[in-house]
Order: sequence, then structure tokens, then C-alpha cells
Amino acid sequence: MTTASTEPLITEPLLQVRDVRKYFPVGRGLLGGALAEVKAVDGVSLDVQRGETFGLVGETGCGKSTLARCITGLYPVTSGHVVLDGTELTGLSRRRLRPLRRQMQMIFQDPYGSLNPRRRVGSIIGDPFAVHGVASGAERRRRVQELMSLVGLNPEHYNRFPAEFSGGQRQRIGVARALALHPELIVCDEPVSALDVSIQAQIINLLEDLQDELKLTYIFIAHDLNVVRHVSDRVAVMYLGHIVEVARSEDLYTLPRHPYSAALLSASSVADPDEAEQKQRIILRGDVPSPVNPPSGCPFHPRCPKAQDKCVVEPPPLERKDDDPVDHLAACHFPVQPGEVLSQP
Amino acid sequence: MIRFLVRRTVFGILVLWLISVATFLLFFVAPHDPARVITGRLATPETVALVRHRLGLDQPVLTQYGHFLNGLIHGNLGYSFYNSTSVNYLIVSRLPPTVSLALGGAIIWLVTGVLIGVLSATRARSLFDRVATIFVLTGLSMPTFLLGLLLIYLLFFRLHLAGVTWFPAGGYVPLSQNPAAWAQHMVLPWITIALVTAATYTRLTRSSLLETLSEDYIRTARAKGLSERRVIYRHGLRSAMTPVVTQFGIDVGTLLGGVIVTETVFGLGGLGQLAVQSVTNQDLPVIIGIVLLAAFFIVVSNLIVDALYAVLDPRVRLS
Amino acid sequence: MTLTSVETSVTGTEEQAAIEGRSPLQLAWARLRQDRVAIASAVILVLIVLIALFAPLIASAVGWSPVQQDRTTGISPEGLPVAPGSAHWFGTDNLGRDILVRTVYGARVSLLVGVVATVAASVVGVVVGTLAGYFGGWVDVALARLMDVVLSFPFLLFAIALVSIVGPSLAVSVGVIAFFSWASIGRIVRGQTLSIRQKEYIEAARSLGAGDFRIMVVDVLPNLVAPVIVLASLLMPTAIVFEATLSFLGLGVVPPTPTWGNMLADSLQFYSVAWWFVVFPGVALLITTLTFNLLGDGVRDALDPSAERLFSTRRKRGRR
Repeated sequence: MTTASTEPLITEPLLQVRDVRKYFPVGRGLLGGALAEVKAVDGVSLDVQRGETFGLVGETGCGKSTLARCITGLYPVTSGHVVLDGTELTGLSRRRLRPLRRQMQMIFQDPYGSLNPRRRVGSIIGDPFAVHGVASGAERRRRVQELMSLVGLNPEHYNRFPAEFSGGQRQRIGVARALALHPELIVCDEPVSALDVSIQAQIINLLEDLQDELKLTYIFIAHDLNVVRHVSDRVAVMYLGHIVEVARSEDLYTLPRHPYSAALLSASSVADPDEAEQKQRIILRGDVPSPVNPPSGCPFHPRCPKAQDKCVVEPPPLERKDDDPVDHLAACHFPVQPGEVLSQP
Repeated sequence: MIRFLVRRTVFGILVLWLISVATFLLFFVAPHDPARVITGRLATPETVALVRHRLGLDQPVLTQYGHFLNGLIHGNLGYSFYNSTSVNYLIVSRLPPTVSLALGGAIIWLVTGVLIGVLSATRARSLFDRVATIFVLTGLSMPTFLLGLLLIYLLFFRLHLAGVTWFPAGGYVPLSQNPAAWAQHMVLPWITIALVTAATYTRLTRSSLLETLSEDYIRTARAKGLSERRVIYRHGLRSAMTPVVTQFGIDVGTLLGGVIVTETVFGLGGLGQLAVQSVTNQDLPVIIGIVLLAAFFIVVSNLIVDALYAVLDPRVRLS
Repeated sequence: MTLTSVETSVTGTEEQAAIEGRSPLQLAWARLRQDRVAIASAVILVLIVLIALFAPLIASAVGWSPVQQDRTTGISPEGLPVAPGSAHWFGTDNLGRDILVRTVYGARVSLLVGVVATVAASVVGVVVGTLAGYFGGWVDVALARLMDVVLSFPFLLFAIALVSIVGPSLAVSVGVIAFFSWASIGRIVRGQTLSIRQKEYIEAARSLGAGDFRIMVVDVLPNLVAPVIVLASLLMPTAIVFEATLSFLGLGVVPPTPTWGNMLADSLQFYSVAWWFVVFPGVALLITTLTFNLLGDGVRDALDPSAERLFSTRRKRGRR
């Protein structure tokens, strides 16, 4: 995959991801060597600007969560670079990485799994302070309680256990923990997909309010396009470890160029029944291929309604199509044209 | 599967080797001198030196271990320090009482333990279940030697006083000599070893069967209209047996160590007593031989359990 | 922020008493207190501990030391033990020693060995199991194999060989029992740690920059407390039986220090003439292990209410 956006930028992006790859070994040979590799992230490049919300969508298993963990340094990358605010993160030891973590935090998907059930809420939210030796004793307690009220929790519940909170409240605890060290970038890994729809809106509103108030930058991961559309300034679509399309939110939703993006959009639910009736769903054939043995050429070609011989051989570069806006890129040899209806296979 | 078994076997051999080294070393860090123990306190230094030389104890540790290992590969466990008898012979000659005790005991505890477990699982919270749990708790809490003493006191002594002489207090009669007397002498040791162990099986069977019986496929079997008997014995018990098999493998493996106490209480003169005797005599080759034999049983039975696992429960994926 | 006020008003209506959360252990404790069998067992165990602690007081009240031989009223003209009576409430043994005082003193050895060996085995088992489960990879392979090797030892056999070489003593008994017990705890702890390691909160701690040591202490260990308490409370009776067995075989604490095991070994030749010689130490031993097992079972039930119970006086709600 070629390097993404080299367009002139007004300011340096907060986060630069360059050709990041993450392969996991699978199976064990007799001598303990890996038999094969899962190519979870296979050459991803992207920029995240200060103050924006960058959406990342794709089906389960497309590598978006792995990418998030590569960015936050939870997984060492196989190759490539992650640069945060001008500092190269890849290849740093855990000790050297620690101070940089204050600039970058993560909110996790599962509000039940991401909070230690045996610890009191105050201790969980105060963890960042303890780890970084920032505040202790009464000072820590004061700051934790400040955070609790900031995210809409009752500070008096400082000594409660996670089990005594609802799913939405728990996710607020996770948000408070992520905010503790005043990070610039927060990676939200499907922060609402485990919650009821009514609670989802509350958490999203909270995240948006906090962004305005604290000038945060978000990477927002989801498999639900509606949620991503609502919160994101720009959106990247991932498929089998590759970014197949990246664009401003409204551009992507108006004219998806990659057939996969188009299919995803057509599958997402629509609130308006009239609109829903008109909408034609594109049913993809087959299943997502195994990332152990990804298809040649364009990774989407076995399922693509527009695939031709070229797609099997040549991996398409991520580039601007026709007269799209400069920051709308797609990786497709035969991009979807305006008004085109994708034929059902 | 084959690769798995090969790996387990290699590991098993490694374990055996480690245990032999550990046992061997144990006797060299010991402050005692076997030559002195054998010759007695009144022996002259010359006699002690002679004995030490005869036993090869004056050679470096590595050389001695080399001799031992060489013999081991050829199936020879060496010779007793104490009376120069071959260890192989000693072990074989003491085997019958131990095997009688172990086999009989294992059959009794497996049958009674599983049976009581099944009955109390199918009648959960009944009076029978309550009595069974008391049985389990007592069994788990009862030291083997205490139960043995109790049985001797009640079933031998008290009954003898009452004129009933069914059970002898101890000793061993070879099976080939007099089968009836053999069985008569084995009854109390069997009960002792079986009762203490059966408790674990009752508990395992009960909880495992209760868990299995609450699974969906059992409900399906019931919904198909199968008789309750068939549901429990054909569908439930089969998969509920997996932990029982595991436990049985472990127990059979460690049985050789476990019979020591029972043999001592009843004076059966088997391997267990030979071990205790050899320990008092500082008879290194015999002790190593018995420890290795015991470890061998443990390793082999673990291997069999691993293999059985796959047969009994197809869901188990060996990795 | 509007959300804040909404949230606060909702939670504000809840009972104020619940603001201080109750930890899972506190909840378990509350459940345990409802359990009559467990409480009765605990009371008996406390009593046994008190008896062991105040053994010298009891001895001076009775008037005999545990090793003192009463050659006048403590031994019959035929040289046999004397039955329970006013001089010796529990009778005497073959050397004319007071069985009541010796049984009381025997509790000291049993409890001491049981507690120390259990604590030592638990500490080693938790450390090794946590390290193996947390780090995985070759650390796990090495430590898991080590535990397999220890579990493959014919332990009683090896224990008697070891004791015969280093010589029997209290410390050796404790060491041997701990050495052959830690691996079974370590194996279970390793399994628990393996599953805890997969939890998102471990990832969360890591993304905060917490080091491995901190994660193990702050996030892994608290989740191991419950299973380790259960394992330890069930290991205790096993350790006590193990000690008694070693003593019985003459490989435990050296006589004349009384232990239940060596008293029973002495009684082996006298059961036909002196039932008290067997019964008192035997019953003391059995009561101790039985109550530990009952308490352990109750603790397990309190910590994991969904687990199947062995013995219960309490009806289980919502089960079958």
C-alpha cells in the first residue's frame, strides 16, 4: 500500500501512522516456530489532526482493534511507525514509553471487562495518578472526585465497586480513568457497542461535550456506521487489515468510492422508514477471507461485485479518485461512480 | 494426537530421570554414611573402609551415578547395601501383597464411590444425599491410619471378644496358597484404603453428574421421551465421568505411595513396608528402586489419562 | 454539564447507606455468617486453637506435664495403661503419661504444622502460579513443567526418604508438607491468572503505563484472593493429616513431644487393653480435620455462591 495523504497540511498532525503492520504467529511447529501468521494489520497509514474525531469502521476481525492497540503501544508493531506529536513511539521500551502514555489514553469496549471487579471505583480512576506518581492521598481523592463529577458520576460513590454500577455508569468510569492525565488523544475502541441504544447516546454526548471542553482528539472505532457518522469528522474504512477508503464523514456518506464502503453503508440501518424503503441493500457474497491467507491483489476482490482480472493481480493504491475532495482517498481500481447501482452478484 | 503422546512420553521419561537424580543426590547430601550404618557402631575404621569400597561408595558421585544409570538402562536396579540381594528380586518378591491391596482397593473405591455419587446426584437433597455427604466429609477428613486402627479395633478386636472371628488383624497369605484366607486377610486393608479414597469419587461424581444433567442436550434427551434411567446412565454419566477418570489416573499412580500406611497398620509386608524398612536401613539402592517404580506408575497413569480423555470426551482438543 | 445533574439526581435518590460499597469479600463474609454449619465449625476450631495456645495452663491445672510419667497411679501393676478416672481424666498411656495433657499438647503440633505449611505452600503456589500465568511463554513452560514434576513425585515415599536422611523434626515436617503441596495450588492459580490476563482491565492498566509488577499486585492478586482462600482452607486438613501420618510412621516430630500421630502409633500395641489410648487422640484429630473441611466448604460456598455445595443447612435459592 502506498503512503497516504501527503497533501500540504496547515499544522503537523497529532498522530501519524506510517505503513504499520501487525502479524500474529499462529500454531506451533515441532520446534516451536510459528506455522503461519495472521496479518491483522497489513500496511496502514493515516494522520489524525488535532481536535478532530477520526472514525475507524469495519466488520469484526478487520483489524481495527489491533490497529488501536498498535497505536497505543499495547502491541509492538511488526513493522512501520507510529509518531505522536512528533515523537516516534515504535521501538521504545516500556519504560521510555511510559511518560508518553500521558498524552494518549484508551477507552475500552466492554464496560464489564475493563474494570477490575475487585477494586473500588476511586482506586480504578486513581490508577493513572498512582502509576505516574502524580497525586497521592487526599489530593488524589480530590482529583478523582473531580473527574467523577466531570463524567456525570456521583463523587460520593468513590468507594463503591464496579458491580454496583450500570453499564453506562461503568463506561463513564472508564472515560474518567482515560481523562485523568489530561491526554491529548483518546482511542475509543467501540466504546458504546456493548451498551443499550438509549445509553449509547448518553455516552456519545458525554464524549462530545468533553471534547469541546478539554480540546480532545479522538480515534473512534465502531462497526456501526451510524454511530461513526454521528461523531466523526473523518472516517476510514478497514477491510482485512487494510484501509480501503478514507474521507470526510459527509463525503464518504454521499459518495462512497470503494464497493466495500458502499456495501457497508447500504447495510447500516436507517431511522427514516421512507428512506429505508428506497434503500437497496448490497448483499456481499461469501465470507470475509482468512487473514492468515489473504487474497492476492485487492483484498476485497473475491467478494467484490465489480472485480476484474486486474483486481486479482495488482493491489490498488489508496489515492484520490476523479474530482473528489483532496482528502477523499480510496483503494480501488474501479471506484463506484455517482449514481451507479452496484449489481447484485 | 500422536505428536502429543510422543511429547508427553518424552516429558515422562525426563520426569523419571529428574526424580532418580533427586533421590540419588538426596543420599549424598545426607550426613549419614551407609557403610557405617551397615557395619555397626563397633566396627574398626578398616572394616568400614572395606565395606565402603565393596559397595563402591568410595568412588566419585558421578561414577556411582553412571553405574546406576547403566544398570537402569539394562533393567537392573542394583543390589541392596544391606544384604546384597538384587533390588529387582526384592521388589518382585514384595509385590504380591501390594498389588492385591492396590487392585482390590481400587475396584472397591471406584465402584462404591461412583455408585454413591450417582445415587446422591439423582436424589439430590434427599435423606440419602445427606447421609452420603456425611460419608464424603468423614472420608475426606479421616487419616488412613486412623481408619485402619478403628477397623482393627471394631471389626477384629470387638468381634473377637464377641466370638466372631471373621477378620484377622493383619498379615498376608499368598493367593496361590489359600484364596479364601487371602481374601479374609485383605478385607480390612481393602476397606481402609477404599473408604478413605471413595469419598473423593462420590463428591466428584455427584457434582459432575449434577452439572451434566443441567445441560441442554440432557434436556433434549428428556424431551425426546427417553426414560430417566436411560438419560442418566447413557447420556449423562458418560460425559460426567471425565473428571472421575482423571482422578482415578492420579490415584492409581500415587497408590504405591498411598499403600505405605495401610501396609504398616496391617503388617502386610509389601513394597510400602519394604520402603519404610529400607529407609531405616539407609539402603539407598532399594529406596531409589521403589521411588522410581512409584514415579513410573504416576507417569504412565498420567499418560493413559491423557489418552483416555480424548476417547471419553470428543470435545477435548489436545494441544 | 446537564448530564451531570441528571445523573446525580438519579443516584441521589438511592439509599445513602449504599454509598460505601461492599467488597466481594465483605459480601462473602456476610453470606458465611448465615451458614450455621460453617459458624459452628469455626467456633470449634477457635476452641481448639485456644486449647493449643493455653496448653501449659491446662497442664498445670491438671497437674501433669505432657512428658511426665506417673509411676504410681498412672500405670497398672502389670505395667499397662490406666483407664480414665479421677487421677487421669482421659487415662494414661503405656508410660503412665496423662493422655488429656498429651492430647492438648498434640493440638499445638498439628495446628502449627498445618498453618505454617499451608501458608508457605499458598505463598509459593501463588507466586509461582501468578508468574507462570501472567508472563506465559517460556516462563510458563518452565514453571508449569516444574509443577508437573513436583506433582509426579511419589510424595509420601519421597517424604519418608527425605525425613530419614535429614532426621525428623518439626521444621522438616513443615518443609516436606509445604514442598509437596504448593504445586497443586500453583497449578490452579496459574489457570486463574491465565484467564485474568485476558481481561480488558489488564490491558487498561497496561495502557496506563503500569509495570508488570504493579499489574500483578494491584490487578491480578485481588482476583486470586477468593480461590486461594478456598484452596488454603481445604489444604489445611490435608496438611494436618499429612503431619499425623508422618508422626505415625515415626518420621514426624521427635518423641517424647506428643503429637496425635505418634500417640496413635504408640497405641497400636495397646488398643486391645486401652481403648482410651486410641480414642482421645483419634477423636481430636478427626474433629480437627472434619471442622476444617466443613469450614472450608462453607467458605467456598460463601465466595462462590453458584458452586455446588457439599454440605448445607441453608436452602439454595434459584437452583434446580
